[in-house]
Amino acid sequence: MNIRKKGQSLLLYLFLSVSAFFSIFPFFWIVIGSTNTAVQIQTGKLSFGNQLGRNLHKLFGQSNMGGALFNSAKIAVLTVVLSLLVTSMAAYGFQMYKSKARERTYSFFLLTMMIPFASLMIPLFQIIVVFRLLNSHMAIVLVASISVFMVFFFRQSFVNYQTEILQAARVDGAGEARIFFTIFFPSMKSTYAAGAIYSFMTSWNAYLWPLIVLQSNDKRTSTLLISSLSSSYTPDFGVIMTGIALATLPVIVVFFAFQKQFVQGMVGSVKQ
Amino acid sequence: MANEKRLDRIGWYFITPACVLLLFFIVYPIFFSLYLSFTSTKGIVSQFVGVKNYLRMFGDPMFFLALENTFRLLLIQVPIMLLLSITFAAILNNKSIRFRGFFRTALFLPSVTSLIAYSILFKMLFSYDGLVNNTLIKLSIIDAPLQWMSEPRLATFVLVIAMIWRWTGYNMIFYLSAMQNISEDLYEAASIDGSSKVHSFFTITIPLLKPIILFTTVMSTIGTLQLFDEPMNLSQGGTTASMIGPDNCFLTLSVYIYNICFKYTPNFGYAATVSYAILIIIALLTFIQFRLSGDREEAMRKTLERKGGVR
Repeated sequence: MNIRKKGQSLLLYLFLSVSAFFSIFPFFWIVIGSTNTAVQIQTGKLSFGNQLGRNLHKLFGQSNMGGALFNSAKIAVLTVVLSLLVTSMAAYGFQMYKSKARERTYSFFLLTMMIPFASLMIPLFQIIVVFRLLNSHMAIVLVASISVFMVFFFRQSFVNYQTEILQAARVDGAGEARIFFTIFFPSMKSTYAAGAIYSFMTSWNAYLWPLIVLQSNDKRTSTLLISSLSSSYTPDFGVIMTGIALATLPVIVVFFAFQKQFVQGMVGSVKQ
Repeated sequence: MANEKRLDRIGWYFITPACVLLLFFIVYPIFFSLYLSFTSTKGIVSQFVGVKNYLRMFGDPMFFLALENTFRLLLIQVPIMLLLSITFAAILNNKSIRFRGFFRTALFLPSVTSLIAYSILFKMLFSYDGLVNNTLIKLSIIDAPLQWMSEPRLATFVLVIAMIWRWTGYNMIFYLSAMQNISEDLYEAASIDGSSKVHSFFTITIPLLKPIILFTTVMSTIGTLQLFDEPMNLSQGGTTASMIGPDNCFLTLSVYIYNICFKYTPNFGYAATVSYAILIIIALLTFIQFRLSGDREEAMRKTLERKGGVR
């Protein structure tokens, strides 16, 4: 019995270790790869090389990765600020000023979560053309700023808020907007952090909509740049690996710095 | 009373920006898409053609190929991934497992990569003279390199493996956080009654996880039906290639819509028709999944209650 149990737990750890290895290995491979040449990566070299300088030089010199990273960051920051403002205000409105009509509006909001982006894509493209926003970063920020999932996430997180505090402020004569910005917002910092991380991730990794909207090379994001590097006819794996490493790094840093909020941002909204 | 009215008005003020954006970027587009699906556009000229696009869709072999490819991925990838996720979650929820934090982080880490990054990564790993072929040859598992990316079956296999790699940890986190909300007392009571761990998993954990299983199934289904980034970046040549994957095996519905709009002579009307097909499929599948889980949940609750009564 005891031997059987030991064998079982050994198998369990083996299973976990092998799975963890396969999960982490590609990250290790990216880091190694960014220091090697395309040929070395292909032949399976698994040790650090001395080509990082060359890869970086090619990536930033020939492909303008610097500009692409700047574009990605600009779009992501604007999207985070605008979407946090819009979606958290809506969630606050739904949760703190309950009414039948607003509950119905909320149900309608939730229903739209089922709509695939492909069904919106063509009219959205035409709207962007009509408003002369084609090939502009604003087109991406505006469309990304309304995330029904974020409204849902914020509202779920607001459910347990002690409304007495808001009542007290109201009695003291504070305006509703002031209550929201100076009392409510500062007390929900970790929820906002979680929302910001989710929004940043989504924006930073976006592909299809930027692919449609951004048409000139100087406007494209790092995601688009990496994708185009890899689909060229003579892809340089060393340069691509370096690009992937650079584009993934910010997200990994954010992940380890805010692990708790990060996970909360993905899960928090669906607690039963 | 006046105050209440004032507060009601202010409630609307808070929601207005979101409503305006929703109207502009979701509500208007979805209705305009419906209108478009009854028109045919050539350049700037568009004309009403009735259900012609829908008739064309039902006779379009490319549409059915895309539908078949998408469903093949859905039926293979989603069940395997969700089973793996729930297995990992069940193992890592056990407090006697050592290095839980490490394993949890390691398994979750793939979820931070962008869809583009991991697709390209897997394309490189599985290229003809790539690391996977080299390693398999070194280990004498295969004699000659496999044509991973030029044989439809193998290419589909790579896509499925890649998606499992990226999404298993993500779904595991949902299950883990739901499992942590289940009271320990339930398991203790069950073990006093002589129930084994595996038995408790099926009689306590799974029934209580029903809502979250439903949530992850619906989300994964919607995600897979919209699959675009991965097939586009896993195939050679990306957006400009004549075929998406060997024998078009990566041609998903979303890729097909993109091609109709931006690669072939643009026909927004027909693209809108295909996009409505996705919408209808998603609505149907979501409805079915809710129905199935609803009935089973009811049955489960009844069994649990009966068991509780006996105890």
